[in-house]
Amino acid sequence: MQAGVVIVGGGQAGLEAAAALRTLGYDGTVTLICEEAHAPYQRPPLSKDFLAGKQEADSVFLRALVYYEKHRIDLVLGDRVTEINRGARLVHLAAGGSLPYEQLILAVGARNRPLPVPGAENVLYLRSLDEAVTLRQRLAEARKGIVIVGGGFIGLEVAAAGRGAGKAVTLIEAAPRLMARAVSPLLSDFFLDVHRGHGLDVVLNTAVEEVLADAVIVSGGRRMEADLVVAGIGVVPNVELARAAGLEVSDGITVDEFLRTGDPDIFAIGDCAHHPNVYAGGLARLESVQNAVDQAKCVARAIMGNPTPYRDVPWFWTDQYEIRFQMVGLAAGYDQSVVRGSIGSRKFSVFYFKEGRLLAVDSVNRFGDHIAARKMLAAGTALTPAQAGDESVDLKKLAGAQSVG
Amino acid sequence: MPNVTYISHTGETTTIDVPVGTTVMENAVKNGIDGIVAECGGACMCATCHVYVDPAFLDLLDPIGEEQEEMLGATAAERKPNSRLSCQIQMKPQFAGLIVRMPDRQT
Repeated sequence: MQAGVVIVGGGQAGLEAAAALRTLGYDGTVTLICEEAHAPYQRPPLSKDFLAGKQEADSVFLRALVYYEKHRIDLVLGDRVTEINRGARLVHLAAGGSLPYEQLILAVGARNRPLPVPGAENVLYLRSLDEAVTLRQRLAEARKGIVIVGGGFIGLEVAAAGRGAGKAVTLIEAAPRLMARAVSPLLSDFFLDVHRGHGLDVVLNTAVEEVLADAVIVSGGRRMEADLVVAGIGVVPNVELARAAGLEVSDGITVDEFLRTGDPDIFAIGDCAHHPNVYAGGLARLESVQNAVDQAKCVARAIMGNPTPYRDVPWFWTDQYEIRFQMVGLAAGYDQSVVRGSIGSRKFSVFYFKEGRLLAVDSVNRFGDHIAARKMLAAGTALTPAQAGDESVDLKKLAGAQSVG
Repeated sequence: MPNVTYISHTGETTTIDVPVGTTVMENAVKNGIDGIVAECGGACMCATCHVYVDPAFLDLLDPIGEEQEEMLGATAAERKPNSRLSCQIQMKPQFAGLIVRMPDRQT
């Protein structure tokens, strides 16, 4: 069999890498190995429109099956790579047999961090389509109450779906504020108001001690009745395969700015890739559609012999009730923040600066600010804190015409 | 069921039935039509499902919303007066026969 590119992992990063190789004219074999029985699908709707019943499973797939045939992408479903033999340049499959590769792309993603308490087997998680189907069903059936553990994006989106369906929902967060890892205190407070306004019972500074069949016991001994417990407490990158192959791993699979591991024929992209990121000012691991798609394109260019460093601007979005929240850049390390618009009207952006340089922008129902900021950050356009806060300054004009595709 | 005709930049033409209430983008993806990418899956976060709507149908479409307007300012191919994001065209019975042309690139 002809060796070509083997891609391990059928999430969006893996699929986009296969697609980008074909778009760039790669003519060799492309094999995409998916652990799940499903062809690659989108994850963002699983915790948003799909969970809310506004979207069906048949519309989450990233490509039709005919696409793979037409573009000669060998889709291997329901199988998993158990070992990488770097010397022989082979991957071994759980179902038996092996595949040769010239280049190997690890797009192995991450898995949900399990809740480390007794009774955790009673807890549901949300990452895969199958988990989303189960969760949607259980949400609909919940009568007594739903307890969500974790006030991050997934927890809050699930909470919004539960409240949207009129269920009693309690959200427990161990930290003193919501989405603490990803947003500034101002946004945490804003979202706390939004969720409480929608009737979500938010309990901060509280840890779960035990999960029972019909309740959750939290720190201090309080018992919360629940016929559904969902945990969204982050993910763990899948580094085991790379580690066993002798590749360097840290918070993810360590790669250089071309997304190459220490082995010149092996790359890592997407949620699993711990990569140098200019916006982070160091190594970062990002869990987003943007990162999956742009890293897929970056690795395809490298394989086509035209390597360019990964320099794409990070962006992200979440939908919670009527709020469209968009983030661009990485705000970590900011020393100044400026609000544009009015928080009370629920249409505003927060601009983050470090030593006067724009780092990131968070936008609540302010689409224009978000797009302008994507362009400005990509182009390195200078923006002063005073300009950011002054609504008479036209950001769109400052940003100019530029593709953000 | 109303149908939509998709024409690639090289002139390849595909006509498919599009259920009312679904989007022109999702039907292109479901039917394996190249030329509409939809990296963000229809969330109006990218501009990779850009199409040129046949002028005969332009007046039938809903006005361009704020989000779409901003995204259309960031397409890879030239924005024209009949540019739309196909994830934002939700099929209605009166759109039957809609013709969309796809640009030469989406990224």
